[in-house]
Amino acid sequence: MSTQHRDAKGRPIVAVTGLGIVTSLGQGKQANWDGLTAGRSGIHRITRFPIEGLRTTIAGTVDFLFDGPVSAPELSEKLATLAAEEAIGQSGLGQPGDFPGELFMAVPPVEMEWRQKQELAQAISGDVDYDGLLATAAGHRHKPFHELFLFGAVADHIAERFGTKGSPISLSTACSSGATAIQMGVEAIRRGETAAALCIGTDGSVSAESLVRFSLLSALSTQNDPPEAAAKPFSKNRDGFVMGEGAGALVLEDYDHALARGATILGIVAGCGERGDGFHRTRSSPDGKPAILAMQDALADAGLNPGDVDYVNAHGTSTPENDKMEAMSCAAVFGERMATLPISSNKSMLGHTLTAAGAVEAVISFLTIANGRIPPTINYRNPDPAIPLDVVPNTARDATVRTVLSNSFGFGGQNTCLVLTAGPDAA
Amino acid sequence: MIQRDVVITGIGLASSLGEGMALHAAALADPPAPHVDTESFAPYPVHPLKPLELDRQIPKKSDQRQMEPWQRLGVYAAGLALDDAGLKEDAQAKSLLQVIVAAGGGERDHAVDSAILTGMRGANDAGAYLNERLMSDLRPTLFLAQLSNLLAGNIGIVHGITGASRTFMGEEQAGVDAIRTAHARIAAGQADVMLVGGAYNAERRDMLLLLEAGGYLRKGGFAPVFAREDGPGIISGSAAAFLVLEPAEHARARGATIHARLAAVGATRSRRRPGSVEQALAGLLAGFGAGDQNRLAISAASGAAGVTAEEEAALKRSGAARLIASGDLVGHALEAAFPIAVALAAAAIAAGQTRDAIVTGAGHWRGEGAAHLVAA
Repeated sequence: MSTQHRDAKGRPIVAVTGLGIVTSLGQGKQANWDGLTAGRSGIHRITRFPIEGLRTTIAGTVDFLFDGPVSAPELSEKLATLAAEEAIGQSGLGQPGDFPGELFMAVPPVEMEWRQKQELAQAISGDVDYDGLLATAAGHRHKPFHELFLFGAVADHIAERFGTKGSPISLSTACSSGATAIQMGVEAIRRGETAAALCIGTDGSVSAESLVRFSLLSALSTQNDPPEAAAKPFSKNRDGFVMGEGAGALVLEDYDHALARGATILGIVAGCGERGDGFHRTRSSPDGKPAILAMQDALADAGLNPGDVDYVNAHGTSTPENDKMEAMSCAAVFGERMATLPISSNKSMLGHTLTAAGAVEAVISFLTIANGRIPPTINYRNPDPAIPLDVVPNTARDATVRTVLSNSFGFGGQNTCLVLTAGPDAA
Repeated sequence: MIQRDVVITGIGLASSLGEGMALHAAALADPPAPHVDTESFAPYPVHPLKPLELDRQIPKKSDQRQMEPWQRLGVYAAGLALDDAGLKEDAQAKSLLQVIVAAGGGERDHAVDSAILTGMRGANDAGAYLNERLMSDLRPTLFLAQLSNLLAGNIGIVHGITGASRTFMGEEQAGVDAIRTAHARIAAGQADVMLVGGAYNAERRDMLLLLEAGGYLRKGGFAPVFAREDGPGIISGSAAAFLVLEPAEHARARGATIHARLAAVGATRSRRRPGSVEQALAGLLAGFGAGDQNRLAISAASGAAGVTAEEEAALKRSGAARLIASGDLVGHALEAAFPIAVALAAAAIAAGQTRDAIVTGAGHWRGEGAAHLVAA
């Protein structure tokens, strides 16, 4: 290699050479970009399971991949597979079934679902209990249930299918998981451990029980009619998030490695920041300190200043608390400029794709850079005067975007921020 | 690329044997009879946790109440490791501390599940019935006790850690990759102090159900991990281990006691077929070089048929002077199994039992890992 490119800190530069996405808006970058820039919502009435008796009856589920009932790990794997195929295909890296890099995957926690437990329970006469279920399972006629509900299985299957190298990582940092998967890929490339990484966030876990769990924490919007109007980040009448499904996949590659093979550089993951929040299990520190520090860490890691950021891809869940905390934290980082710095929430259209969100929104951020067009925050009819922001209301906007700050914040005090930039050629 | 020496300065262990580094080091030197409960979950034996005085590490009852047993166990062991490293009261260090937790999750409410499954059989509309019962019977806080990343979250809340945490999932290999990643980040200068480990509660029928569905559990009485020909399989154990890792220079500068140097950690994913686990582990061990003549080998083998014998074969070929299965002491602790085996090896070195130790762990269904520890 003739010249070695290094970032401001002397580390390998992490390029993006492939992007893939599936959401409730459709499969692939084109379908999603068309929907997002048209301000179209993927949120709809749930038909996958009965909704009778539920407080929230809407979600951004992905319903076009399976006809019959499907378990969360099966759908999550399918979503990840499609996103990875698109990303690897675009990158042109490796050969089919032989991806020359490591796998970092954000996957939803899974467990044996009601359908499988009902199947086991059928063999029991009298009242059902776990000893009965165990006795049925001991007959070993339900062997596939084991692998289906192992936490490591989805990533293992993806590793097998795409031929990634090394020990595949399955990770969770709750709602910032997708961003963490990208961050781990960045770190591995910077360490020189691998020249490429396949980073995926996937989540196909909308079920009656997952909805109920979030409902019981009063986290979900209950404004079910019309479904597409429920997710309204930064609006005064926001009342919770809407669950969504999807997957985002990115091929990360050492910049010099990508140059040497003549790959198209789609962008750079310039910096990552993460902070914990020891304040509360579901609530953020009221002073927003961990979120502020995570944003500042990401900018410092990228060797950039707040003034370099052209657009913030918000976490923007549409919960009263997140949006307030995020707006306040952004104001602390960007100062007076925050009043005019565009910030929009993809979740207004996709819902909150939970484990996948950080990766899905990173993919959309790179599309925003590439197309010079910012997807809007839809359903912004009733601005919250307490958080005056330019949320790119309701309609997409043309803008030169070279540097994006993408935020992800999650339960358990997880705060992860990424600084995503255009490739050097566009400089 | 800089490469820094990585040392272990904090060890937190809790298991069926009790708690603490000294107790576990003594058990390695002179293995006691295993503490196995063959009644409570019959026909499945488990190593039950020796009850902890939770107040010693989790002072607030409100915190204790918001966790399920696996989380309390993990938070407790993490506290032991922080105490041992002398970091528990160091707010500055805790704001920079990076955490990696290998976790499962999803402890179910068995009574609620059982009642719903019974009721669903007679319900006219099973779906509507399920919704109604879930809305009324699930405890709101149970979700938080089930989320995998909430062990890390609780460690942060209880011990006041405001550095970032990541949670790895994926059974045994999550524990291997947690240690491997923590080691790599410190060696490369991407982090300065890390808390890494895992916790597993074996006393739960939902996990027994998952493992039994695949035919991976031993039934009946206890038998040593490498002598289960009469009935191969896992005997699970409630146990946890956390380690504090930091660069050697960093540890010396702050006057910390160095228990051992974590010289290398490797992980791989063999395509499982007969012989692949032995080959994978032998490959990882070969990278560690020939050891001291007094080398100790600790295996985190699960007891699963086939792969456990392959792990034993790889270790027997490695030339270690002594081979111990951590499962014989504390049972198999899935995500926590490899961190426990590494913690045991570090404890043995700290106690002067050896100057060189290797650790292996082949997951019951996928993933292989190994580590090399030496006296600092």
